[in-house]
Amino acid sequence: MIFKGNAWVFKDNIDTDVIIPARYLTTTDPKELASHCMEDLDPDFSVKVKEGDIIVAGNNFGCGSSREHAPLAIKSSGISCVVASSFARIFYRNSINIGLSILECEDCIKNIKTGDVLEINTDMGIISNVTTGETFKARPFPEFIKNIINAGGLLNYAQEVGGNA
Amino acid sequence: MGMTITQKIFAKHSGKRFVEPGELIMAEVDIALANDITGPVAIEEFKKAGGQKVFDREKIALIPDHFAPSKDIKSAELCKILREFAKEQQIVHYYEVGRMGIEHALLPEQGIVLPGDLIIGADSHTCTYGALGAFSTGVGSTDLAFAMLTGKCWFKVPETIKFIYHGKTNSWVTGKDLILHTIGDIGVDGALYKAMEFTGDALCHLSMDERFTMANMAIEAGGKNGIMEPDNTTLEYVKNRAKRPYEVFMSDADAVYLNIIDYNVEKIRPKVALPHLPENVVDVEDAENIAIDQVIIGSCTNGRLEDMRMAAKVIKGHKVHPYVRLIVIPATQQIYQDMIKEGITEVFIQAGAVVSTPTCGPCLGGYMGILAKGERAVATTNRNFVGRMGHPESEVYLSSPAVAAASAVRGKIAHPGEVTDSDI
Ligand code: SF4
Repeated sequence: MIFKGNAWVFKDNIDTDVIIPARYLTTTDPKELASHCMEDLDPDFSVKVKEGDIIVAGNNFGCGSSREHAPLAIKSSGISCVVASSFARIFYRNSINIGLSILECEDCIKNIKTGDVLEINTDMGIISNVTTGETFKARPFPEFIKNIINAGGLLNYAQEVGGNA
Repeated sequence: MGMTITQKIFAKHSGKRFVEPGELIMAEVDIALANDITGPVAIEEFKKAGGQKVFDREKIALIPDHFAPSKDIKSAELCKILREFAKEQQIVHYYEVGRMGIEHALLPEQGIVLPGDLIIGADSHTCTYGALGAFSTGVGSTDLAFAMLTGKCWFKVPETIKFIYHGKTNSWVTGKDLILHTIGDIGVDGALYKAMEFTGDALCHLSMDERFTMANMAIEAGGKNGIMEPDNTTLEYVKNRAKRPYEVFMSDADAVYLNIIDYNVEKIRPKVALPHLPENVVDVEDAENIAIDQVIIGSCTNGRLEDMRMAAKVIKGHKVHPYVRLIVIPATQQIYQDMIKEGITEVFIQAGAVVSTPTCGPCLGGYMGILAKGERAVATTNRNFVGRMGHPESEVYLSSPAVAAASAVRGKIAHPGEVTDSDI
């Protein structure tokens, strides 16, 4: 898939409590979750973010809770893809399982600023900073994970391979 | 080449003789767990995928604990989804308010999780059961839905970092201080994707309750799981609780570790993690005189009977500081009853504390003790992220129950030795 949008840059260790605070976990409605996405770091994030925009972050993005509400909130806020130096394990699984595009790339955080225009080719794992003209390569996914992504998430994958997953 | 305890449990549950780090496997789960926040999402996914019957009604645990007893209409609706699904599917391990507890205290206490098991839970602190010598890890709701359908979960076999604790612990140094020290040392992503194996002679002297505290916080270092080899203390703990067979696994002498980290516990003093990351760990002495508004003693990290005994010992004969709220939350109904029997509840109430029914409540900023703007709390919980316990400009300091109790008395962060002459 190809995504194009503005970058929103965040630091290391962005935890699930700031992605979607627990006080909003009484709902499972993605739109409502999205309206509170990142609000403890930037109260206007959900208003300012535009369809297709891209989050760029440092190490350990999504650390903390296992709440799937976190990638759901990001996805329905309009963010097309998250590029981080590394992801916390459960967030990584959850994103793949629900079909939020994520890429691991260590060089992006150092070379991308909020507001830069990015173009991402997720199949090739190429991240281009249109504003500066630089390009970066993401770490490739293992084959098995590619299959889950291509099936459109874990449960679709399970249905594809039947009970023998 | 030998295998670690984590590899062995994976090999057994994926029907293989040997698995190696990096290998992707599909493994059978012994218990799949969800709560009132993650369960409803998993149930929705289960139904969307055409799920009719869960793979095994005895191997699923559904525990309403986060916002239960329900704090508002929306959380009542979430609990209702859990309850109705449990009824419809005849789920054996569903525990209603009045019989429930915080999932990670309840499951081991009731013998639902056992040594050698492979357990997944739609809750990040599922890693707690590693203290029993089980592999357990947190997953999301979709993974859980998949497990409810198939009884399986996919894993990448992790590399293991071994942590060896040796020596004799100083007074008032608990399992909580050891794990805070470890997280402070390696950082919140120090064990990202890795298994953390805890061992060493200092651990032999730790009670099961302290071991649960340590395994519980493996996730705070990014760990996939935290695990300890079972010993006599473990076997004694499970003896009268287990209602099914279990298997004890030990790491081979020639198992391969990514890294081995040694700690001399004699150098470790009682700790506090400063806001807003669990890795901001300092000695209590270096955080003294920070004035506080609230103290929480409870959670899946430190809401067990020993934690309560320890806090009560510090607080006995004292009053909670006039401008501090002390909220004590036993993690399970059993602990609640034992506290009453032992006179511990009385000690807290005499001191001017609130003692609540089991719930996660304030730990995740749910209810029962939310912080206002600018307020500070000392908590025996596990996370001090921005906004974790309330207002984004409030602060949480993580500590052991003993430090929390001493701080409640002094109205500021304090070493237990400042409040009592006794020792643990
Ligand atoms: S007590 Fe806190 S950390 Fe433990 S399960 Fe409940 S909310 Fe999570």
